[in-house]
Amino acid sequence: MTIQQPVEPVPPTSGGRVAASTSTSSRGTRILGFAVLAGLVALVIFGVFISPPDAELGETIRILYMHVPTVSAAYVAFVVTAIASGMYLWRRSEFWDLLGASSAELGVLFFALTIFNGMMWGKITWGVFWRWEPRLTTTTVLFLTYLGYLAVRQVPSNVRTRGTVSAVIGILAVVNIPITHKAVDWWRGLHQEKTIFGTVDPDMRGTQLFTAYLALVVFLGLFVWLLIHRFRLAWLTERAEDRGLDTAIAERRAEA
Amino acid sequence: METTPVVRLRDAVAVVGRFPALAGVDLDVDAGEIVLVRGPNGAGKTTLLRMCAGLVPIVSGSAEVLGVDVVASPAAVRRRVGLLGHATFLYADLTVEENLAFWTRAAGARRADGRAALDRLGVPERVHGLAVRSLSTGQRRRVSFAAMVARRPELWLLDEPHAGLDASGRDIVDSLIGDAVAAGATVMFASHELDRAEDVAHRSVTLAGGVIAGTATGPDASDRPDPIEGAAG
Amino acid sequence: MIRDAALVAGKDLRLEWRSRVGIGQVLPFAVLCVLLFAFALDPDRNILERATAGLFWMIVLFAAVLTVQRTFAVEGDDGVLDALRLSGLSPASIYLGKVAALIAQLVVLEVVLAVAMAVLYDTTFRGWLLVAGIAGLATLGIAGAGASYGVVGLRLGGAETLLPLLLLPLLAPVLIAATRGFDIAFGRAAGPGWPWAALLGIFAVVYLGLGAILFRPLMEDA
Repeated sequence: MTIQQPVEPVPPTSGGRVAASTSTSSRGTRILGFAVLAGLVALVIFGVFISPPDAELGETIRILYMHVPTVSAAYVAFVVTAIASGMYLWRRSEFWDLLGASSAELGVLFFALTIFNGMMWGKITWGVFWRWEPRLTTTTVLFLTYLGYLAVRQVPSNVRTRGTVSAVIGILAVVNIPITHKAVDWWRGLHQEKTIFGTVDPDMRGTQLFTAYLALVVFLGLFVWLLIHRFRLAWLTERAEDRGLDTAIAERRAEA
Repeated sequence: METTPVVRLRDAVAVVGRFPALAGVDLDVDAGEIVLVRGPNGAGKTTLLRMCAGLVPIVSGSAEVLGVDVVASPAAVRRRVGLLGHATFLYADLTVEENLAFWTRAAGARRADGRAALDRLGVPERVHGLAVRSLSTGQRRRVSFAAMVARRPELWLLDEPHAGLDASGRDIVDSLIGDAVAAGATVMFASHELDRAEDVAHRSVTLAGGVIAGTATGPDASDRPDPIEGAAG
Repeated sequence: MIRDAALVAGKDLRLEWRSRVGIGQVLPFAVLCVLLFAFALDPDRNILERATAGLFWMIVLFAAVLTVQRTFAVEGDDGVLDALRLSGLSPASIYLGKVAALIAQLVVLEVVLAVAMAVLYDTTFRGWLLVAGIAGLATLGIAGAGASYGVVGLRLGGAETLLPLLLLPLLAPVLIAATRGFDIAFGRAAGPGWPWAALLGIFAVVYLGLGAILFRPLMEDA
């Protein structure tokens, strides 16, 4: 996503032309990117080598270091989408529309990662890829819900309709999160043994706890970095379309 | 004396999908005027009328209809205009009577207004109980017109009002337009039937390539050289 | 506003009666599902009676998707959607009218379905108060959410295939709560049934409220 020449960051709220910028990176994102990269390296070292196996979970706690942050990042993403949806319906600015859509894409990505490493954990611990335990089930339902959001954005329509419809779906979907949680927890929580999926295990000590928090910080940083790039990409795409519109207007007038 | 124009467009650009159907329209229409919108197919006449009805947004420029900014409050505009389009705006499976009853009550008009409008448009009683689906095109057009007329809109936006009607129907349309203006409404209509339309209209504007390319007033309009003739389109 | 909503609901139901899609197509579809599940799950294995609650609500959800599609498909022809936007009816009253018409159709569906299952699966419906409460609240929620997503499909230019993908994941908690509630009512599961009803009630209130508010931007925008 980066090219050779350093370029000014695209100010997200400006409505002006972005003639010179052909890259979505900036000094800010490069610094953040390096920090995240360093964090990931540190995480691998701590997660795989330094932190000890857990008393209850054994080596599988290492998957937890990734699992909790991915689901947390996904929830952050959907909260961002919900807020952006509300702001779009209020203010009708392109910024909120693109922010909501970019965030939702990342949310779906992180949900997919969560489900995937949840299944990995399950295979190791239970011997099967799937068990109907609350967190995994809820995540899958929400994953499908937001896939619907992405599907809506793919349908060809004019920009304003797409923005309005996406914003409405964003709000309706986020409201369903606590309700689904409650329903699934009541339902599965009665039968299943409580698994460690969920919050950071309070019994973690020392290096384990440190690694868990490090993972959370690193993944949230990764999410922010991805969000900035994805947003700028969407922004530049819209600017390119705008320029296409000016050409189209000129051609249209020439019909006369 | 009213000085606010009923329709006031400045450099209005309207986009359908990504296509700029209106590429910068400037237009003023005063209260009580009858304005004919002419132009070749694809010029943007339908979009212009729909935009004035508040159904198509503009992406740049300004549009004020009946004193209301169409971008800021489209709903306030919509309930005061009447649109006759290419679609019937009727529920095909409901009868003529049921359609009129629904649309008049939705607009806050009385059922009697609906019946009176049907009579005015020459829709015979025996047809009132038939489903719209089983009517001929011309009859459906009359019913659509009646549904619009019954609401007594302040601004009439008619997309080819004479199309699909027989001779008596066209006469009715002309007299309806005259009566509406006499009662204080304003009429903007698009038509390809230039002879007839220019008799009715106070003035005409020509739309081409998404912009207003010319304007003419009075019955002499047909004598002016048509700037569109021979151009691509 | 109530009067306008009643006007819209009356129009919808009259259209439905005229075209007979609900009666002629959706109800037979539901009964067909009852049969098909019997073929799939084998009546001799004692599964059908135990699974009644789940199968009931699954069929209701599928039929609800069809009903919602139909309710909004009629607004897609002949420019009628534009006419509604021009009509002066407030979006909230159009929404409530649509919801009311959906509820009426869903209630008919549920009654017919219950009868079919009582006969074919030999189920005894017990705990009538809880059953009625659960079914009523679930139906409110389904209609409320369905009306919102139905108009989304309409605004996107008839993307009907999208509706199941949008609506069904959203209704997952309704399915869970309604099925558990029914199981408890039938005496097949232990525990209090009213918490499930409360959850359904919350869902219904939230989605009806949001639906009424959000209908405006969906209708207003061109």
